[in-house]
Amino acid sequence: MYKVKVYVTLRESVLDPQGTAVKKSLKTMGYGAVEDVRIGKYMELSLEKTDRDVHETVKEMCERLLSNPVIEDYRYEIEECVAQ
Amino acid sequence: MKFAVIVFPGSNCDVDMYHAAKDELGEDAEYVWHDETSLDGYDAILLPGGFSFGDYLRTGAIARFSPVMSEVIKAAKAGKPVLGVCNGFQVLLEAGLLPGAMRRNESLKFICRPVGLKVENNNTMFSSAYEQGEVIQIPVAHGEGNYYCDEETMASLKQNNQIVFTYHGTNPNGSIEDIAGIVNEQGNVLGMMPHPERAVDTLLGGADGLKLFKSIVKQWRESHAVKA
Repeated sequence: MYKVKVYVTLRESVLDPQGTAVKKSLKTMGYGAVEDVRIGKYMELSLEKTDRDVHETVKEMCERLLSNPVIEDYRYEIEECVAQ
Repeated sequence: MKFAVIVFPGSNCDVDMYHAAKDELGEDAEYVWHDETSLDGYDAILLPGGFSFGDYLRTGAIARFSPVMSEVIKAAKAGKPVLGVCNGFQVLLEAGLLPGAMRRNESLKFICRPVGLKVENNNTMFSSAYEQGEVIQIPVAHGEGNYYCDEETMASLKQNNQIVFTYHGTNPNGSIEDIAGIVNEQGNVLGMMPHPERAVDTLLGGADGLKLFKSIVKQWRESHAVKA
């Protein structure tokens, strides 16, 4: 059994209006040190072990559905664990 | 001419699309549920607006893998007219039938009002009934219509005259180069954020969208008259 953590973020070249709004809010709250805020997504997947390489499977899922390569980057962490 | 109106769970402009094709154009139209596996017998495909699959993950991302989408891709490759409006446009982008991606509106607000559009290219099967440079009024209704593509893609969009509609006056969502609607390189797949199906009768506040649907029928009739 694998536990997979996927992080999807907007590419640096893509403006993030949500992040900009949150940054403004933080500044208004008095956190003047905030220089930038980028909002992304975090996903947790549980995967059964198969014959297929788990990295290959996760990469494929990230590129086909979990992220949109036109505007987003992704990274992931894979942890092997015992099925409960 | 027979239109297919694709219906995903969460589509909500399907009835307007059907009304435009069936009642306003007087053509055949049928609703096609997203898990159908054939689009044989249809001459044109309409992907309506709405919130397919609740806009979960990204707009259009889940609908793009609905069973009917492989048939939509097949129809697009075969040169049939494919029109995606609003969420339909987002699905076409996710499916890779059109280049680029959608971001959240610059204002972060859902915008719902009529906007001015300029016809940038009337030499397509979707815009031939308009004058080049004509300014029309069509309503928008979206939270995520801020079109984006990289510089390379933008250069090729311009070079191939793929930009069909731009916002005239104010740009409601912050889209790059004021883009409101684009076609694919072959010219048979159009994606646009504004809703022409909501502007097909003066009773609805305007009929500027009707010419778009009439263009599709005109092109189809002409191409089929030649073959007959």
